[in-house]
Amino acid sequence: MTDPPKTSYQGRIHLLQKQLMGRYFDALTQAAAEGSPPAAYMLISGNPVELVRAFGMLPVYPEVNALQIAVKKQALPYILKAEELGYSVDNCAYVKADVGLFFSGRAAPFGTIPEPSLILCNYVGCNVYLNWFEHLREYTQAEIFTLDIPFVRDPAGPRPEDVEYVIAQLHELIAVCERLTGRRLDWEYLRHICALSARTGELWAQIKHLTKHVPCPLDAYFDAVTLMGPLYCLRGTEEGLQFFEEAYREVQERTELGLGPLPEERFRFVIEGPPPWPYLRAFRDLFSRWGAVAVASTYSTVGGLWEFGFAHDPQRPLESIAMHMLFWNLTNRDLLRRYAQIRRYVEEWNADALVIHSVKSCRLFSAGQGDMREYFTRDLGVPTLLVESDLEDPRYFSEAQMRNRIDAFFEALEHRKLTAVEAPR
Amino acid sequence: MTLATERADVFAQCRAIVEDPFLSAARQWKDKHPSAGVVGCYPVYSPFELVHAAGLLPVGIIGGGNRVEIAHADARFQSFICSIVKSTLELGLTNCLDLLDGMLFHSICDPARNLASVFVRNFPHLRVEYVHFPQNLASPHATAYLTAELRRIRAVVQELAGRPADDAALRNSIALYNRWRRNVRALYDLRRTAPERLSAAASYALVQAGTLMPVEEHLPLLEEALVQIPARSAKRQDRIRVLVEGAFCEQPPLELIACIEEAGCYLLDDDFLLGWRWFTGDVPEDGDPVEALATSYIDRSVYCGTKHDVRESKAGHLIQRAQALGADAVIFLCAKFCEPALFDYALYRRALEEAGIPHLLVEFEEKMWIFDRVRGEVETFVESMLFR
Repeated sequence: MTDPPKTSYQGRIHLLQKQLMGRYFDALTQAAAEGSPPAAYMLISGNPVELVRAFGMLPVYPEVNALQIAVKKQALPYILKAEELGYSVDNCAYVKADVGLFFSGRAAPFGTIPEPSLILCNYVGCNVYLNWFEHLREYTQAEIFTLDIPFVRDPAGPRPEDVEYVIAQLHELIAVCERLTGRRLDWEYLRHICALSARTGELWAQIKHLTKHVPCPLDAYFDAVTLMGPLYCLRGTEEGLQFFEEAYREVQERTELGLGPLPEERFRFVIEGPPPWPYLRAFRDLFSRWGAVAVASTYSTVGGLWEFGFAHDPQRPLESIAMHMLFWNLTNRDLLRRYAQIRRYVEEWNADALVIHSVKSCRLFSAGQGDMREYFTRDLGVPTLLVESDLEDPRYFSEAQMRNRIDAFFEALEHRKLTAVEAPR
Repeated sequence: MTLATERADVFAQCRAIVEDPFLSAARQWKDKHPSAGVVGCYPVYSPFELVHAAGLLPVGIIGGGNRVEIAHADARFQSFICSIVKSTLELGLTNCLDLLDGMLFHSICDPARNLASVFVRNFPHLRVEYVHFPQNLASPHATAYLTAELRRIRAVVQELAGRPADDAALRNSIALYNRWRRNVRALYDLRRTAPERLSAAASYALVQAGTLMPVEEHLPLLEEALVQIPARSAKRQDRIRVLVEGAFCEQPPLELIACIEEAGCYLLDDDFLLGWRWFTGDVPEDGDPVEALATSYIDRSVYCGTKHDVRESKAGHLIQRAQALGADAVIFLCAKFCEPALFDYALYRRALEEAGIPHLLVEFEEKMWIFDRVRGEVETFVESMLFR
C-alpha cells in the first residue's frame, strides 16, 4: 500500500502542554539549584499528590523523568550506566534510566532533578516501585515513607480494613510532611486542592467519553499521553485545571466539527500497554497509515480511573485519596478486572480490534498478556494483535518487524470488514 | 559427603519425593483423607499454619523444576517472564495440580500476581486467593492490617475445609510448625559449623521434601537426619565459605547446588525455600494465634528480596550477615528474569564492593540441566580466591 499522509493533528493542547511541562521542569531545575521547595519523589500509579501539594512540596516523578529522556531519544546512555553498576538487562528500564540519571548528577536533557527531601513510595500495584525507591533511598539516604496500598483482591473491591489501613498511613504521612516542612497541614487548603483535582478529573473523564464519537476526536493513546503529563504533574493546581478546561473545549469542538486526528478514520482500536517512548512517533505512524485510531487505552488509566466514576471529594479528602489509590486506578486491580475494562472499551467505544503492546520493562502490564489475547480472540472473538517492544529501552524496538505485524493484522482486519459487509447479500 | 552416599538414608527418601513432579506424597495423604483438601502454596511465604489448622494439607507449588517441559504456558506468558511462573501454569494446564482444592499466591512480584489471575480464569474449580502482605513494616498499623488479612485467609480455608480452624487448632499448628522450623534452623546451624558433614544439596532436598508432604510425617525424617549428621565422619576440604543469596522464589536444580559445592564451595547459608523457614524465632504459642502470626511476620521474619523493610538498610543487612557467618564470599544465585533478585543484586554488589567481600553472580533457570558453564565460572572464582 502507498503511505497516506501521516497524522498532522497538533492542536492547542499540544502546544499548551509543551509550555506547561516546560515550566514544570524549570521549577524542578530551580528547586535543584535553590534546595527549595522540598521535593517529594512519588510514583504515577494512583498517588496522593494532593497531600504533597498541601505542604507546598514539589512532586517529582522518576517515571516522568525517565520517559521524557526516552522521548528525547537519550535513554540508552543512562540505561547503560545503570547496567555497568550491576543492573540487569532484564530489569525495568525506567528504573535503570533513572538510576543512570541519578549517577549523572541528576542532569536530564530537559532540566535538573532536585534531590529528594522525601521518598514517598506509593506502592500501588507495581512491585518494582518498592525496589526502585528502596534503591533511591540507599543512594540518597533521604527519608523514605512506603505507603502500602493493599491490592484489590476481593470481587467487591477494597475491604474496610484496607481503607482503614491506608487512611491510618496517610495520617502518619501527614506527620512526616509536617516535620519535614515545619508547617501544619492546612485542611482547608487540602480541600481546595481536592476540589481542583475533582474538577480536573471530571474534565478528563468527559474527554475520554468524547472518544466514543465517530470519528474519534482525538487519539485516546497517542494524544491522551499528551494530556497525562499535566494530569499527573499539575493535578491539584489552578494551572492544571485551566489546561483541562482548554483541552475539553478543544476536544468538544472537534467532536462537533466531526474532526479526527487522521484525515479518515478506517479502524477503531483499543490499545493495552504503555507506549514505546523512544519510538512514539514511528509507532503511531504504523497505525496512522491504516487509518487506525485508538479510541481507548488502558495506559491512560494508570494514574486514575476517573472515566468510570471517580472524583476526589473535598469534604472527605483523605478517604477519597485512599480510594483513589486503592481502587480507582488500573494498577491496583487484577488482570481480570483489566480484561473487563478492555471489554467495556471494545463494546462501548465501538472498537474493531484490540492491540496489545507488550513491554519487557513493565511486567505489571505484560506478564500474562498471552492469556489476555487468548481470552479476547477465543472467548470473545475480538481480533487481537500482540506486539512486543519496550517503554524505555530503544534496543527492543524493531520497526521493520513491528510494521510487518501491524500491516498483516490490519490487512486481515480489512478483509474481515469487507467480507462482513458482503455477507448479508 | 557426596550425594551418592546419602542415598541410603532419609536423604534418599527426601530426594525421591522432591524429584517427583506429580506430588505423589500429597496424593497418598489425600487417599488416606479423601474428605480433606489440599492447598497449593506458591512462594515465597504462605501462612501454612492457617491451612493446617483447618485440617487441610499445605503443599509447596514451587514450579516444575527441570522435569516439566513447557509446551502450553509460554503462549500465555512471554519469553521474558521467569520460568517458575510458566512452569507452575504448565503444571496446571497438564492436570498435575488436579489434586488441589485451593491455591495461595502472594504479593511478591508482578508476574506472580498476574499468574494468580490467570489461574482464576483457567482453573475455575480451584479456589485461588491472593494474599497482600504489608510493605510498610514501619507502620504501627501494619499489624492490625495483617491480622485482618490472615483472618480473611482463615475464613477461606475454613470454607474450603468445611470445618473451623479455631484458636486451639491454630495454636497446635503453630507449635508443630515451630518445632519443624526449629529443626530446620538446627540443620542450618550444622551447615554453618560443620559443612563437611552436610552438603547444601542434601539439606535442600531434606527441607524441600517437607514442603511436599504432611509436616507430621516430615518431622521424624528431619529429626532422624539431625541425629545422623553429627555422627558422620568427614574431612574438611580446601573450599571457600560462601553465603548464597537470591534464590528465594524459583528454586535452582538440585544438581546445580551440588555442582557449585563440588566446584570448591561450602555453602554455609542460603535463601532456598525461604518462605518455609520464614521466622527467625518461634511464633508465640499463647495469646491470639492470628495476631501472633502477624506480629511474627512484621518483627521476627527473615530478610527477603520480596519484603521491603525500611527499618534497616537491606544492603547493610547482607554485609552483616556475611560477616557474622565468616563467609569468604557471596554467590548470587538469581533466577533468570527474577526482577526482585536482580534488583537486589545491583544494590548488594555495590555494598559488597565497598566492604571488600568477593562476590559472583550466577543466573539459573529451574529447568536447566547442563551445568558445565556454571562449574567453570565457580571454579575460576574459587581459584581466584584460594590462590590469590
